Amino acid sequence: MSSLIQFISRLIPLELIHILIGLVAILAFIGVNGLVLVYVERKVAGFIQRRPGPFEVGPWGILQTLADAVKLMGKQLFSPSGGDRLLFWLAPMLAFAPLPLLFMTIPVGKNLVAFDANLGLILILAFSGLNVLALCFAGWGSYNKWSLLGAIRSVSQAVAYEIPMLLAVLAVTLTTGTLQLSAIVDAQGVWPWQWHFLTQPAGFIIYLICAFAETNRAPFDLPEAESELTAGFHTEYSGMGFGLFFLAEYSSMVVVSSVCTVLFLGGWKGPGPEILGFVWFFAKVYGLVLLMMWVRWTFPRVRFDQLLNISWRWLIPLSLFNLLYVAAVVKI
Amino acid sequence: MNLLGEIREAIKGFYSLAVGMGVTGKYFFRPEVTVHYPRKTVDNVSTYSGHVELQPGKKNPDGADCIVCGTCVRNCPSGCLTLEVLELMEENPDLEKKPKKIKKLKALIYDYSYCSLCGQCIENCPVTALGFSQHVYWAEFDRKAIKMDLVARLKDQLNAKKEAM
Repeated sequence: MSSLIQFISRLIPLELIHILIGLVAILAFIGVNGLVLVYVERKVAGFIQRRPGPFEVGPWGILQTLADAVKLMGKQLFSPSGGDRLLFWLAPMLAFAPLPLLFMTIPVGKNLVAFDANLGLILILAFSGLNVLALCFAGWGSYNKWSLLGAIRSVSQAVAYEIPMLLAVLAVTLTTGTLQLSAIVDAQGVWPWQWHFLTQPAGFIIYLICAFAETNRAPFDLPEAESELTAGFHTEYSGMGFGLFFLAEYSSMVVVSSVCTVLFLGGWKGPGPEILGFVWFFAKVYGLVLLMMWVRWTFPRVRFDQLLNISWRWLIPLSLFNLLYVAAVVKI
Repeated sequence: MNLLGEIREAIKGFYSLAVGMGVTGKYFFRPEVTVHYPRKTVDNVSTYSGHVELQPGKKNPDGADCIVCGTCVRNCPSGCLTLEVLELMEENPDLEKKPKKIKKLKALIYDYSYCSLCGQCIENCPVTALGFSQHVYWAEFDRKAIKMDLVARLKDQLNAKKEAM
């Protein structure tokens, strides 16, 4: 057996096998996570509005999203006439493609990471930016004024909110001195008062607000504002074209929550044995995801000038002050 | 507005956001107020005004009080009511006089698909034989299925009531 492993490892480098196993696990996770989160979102919406939510398919409606997924896959794919077919179909793929890569660098537990890049944070921030490009392509390729307006909004929103987000992340890397996500987790202790959200509360709140905007979640869901732009950038998509955007939205929710957990909430660390770190990690991540859903079903959508005002007039100066504060107080 | 004022406004805004989250968070744990419709139905439909129907009569408990005057038919703006009249000769006529004709209601055909529920027929009925029903849970697949005879409907309802008693 061991000689067989040695033989295989000579053919294929072990690191590659490690990455492949991680990638398969991540792709399975993305699919299941999308199904579960859509169900949870609809249930949360139902409970907040004091109705049962999905209830008919399966016990308590747990098979509802599965039925919806089958419906989406069975639908005919349309391309709008006059649109740019290449960009139109590139967009959903581009929205979905970076997601496995984003999940790869996230440490789920001790040594439980698909690819522990020493510039993991940069990798995540860079590739999550591709989402904007996908939205832009979708809006342009659709040949539809609502889609184009959604794309325009998404670009200016992403540009505005990337800056305070990066500044908040920068403050954390200033204290830890590394961009490797597992090292940032190691810099924090087991107990909640050893986590970064207490030493940098402003950075934590700024990151959270920017996370809502970056994932186009309500109250910052202007690119797809239903009541103004029908469905914004994905108005013209049918079937799995829309399904991929949907999957990307829910997966990117988990990605920003994971990064928030790693940076501010101690990652997989928590009281108890280290082997159960992944339980802590997922508890924190899904706690944040639930917070995002709670916010979505509480607040109305902000106006576009308000959206930009929050970023340029409040978050960017505040995050600069936060950076100064961290440099001055925490480092000394 | 000066900077301090703006900061105060922002803090107030944040506080109001927290209040909003509190409200929805509280509702999250409250029991639901909707009803699982096909399995359960609500019983507070007394204020519901459904389609037009004949009411059981006060003088004539086995049928309607209708005197076959045709006011409802004339007043209907949509023309969805049709009277079918049964003309009978008076029984035991006086030999000196000519026998009187008695008009009786045979059928009142009501095409619900044209009805706008304006209530003109009900308001103008001289003997208040018509009224709104409380027939809430009614669905049909065919437009022809909602064209009905109100006399037959009243008869069915009365029979059902008798059987229940």
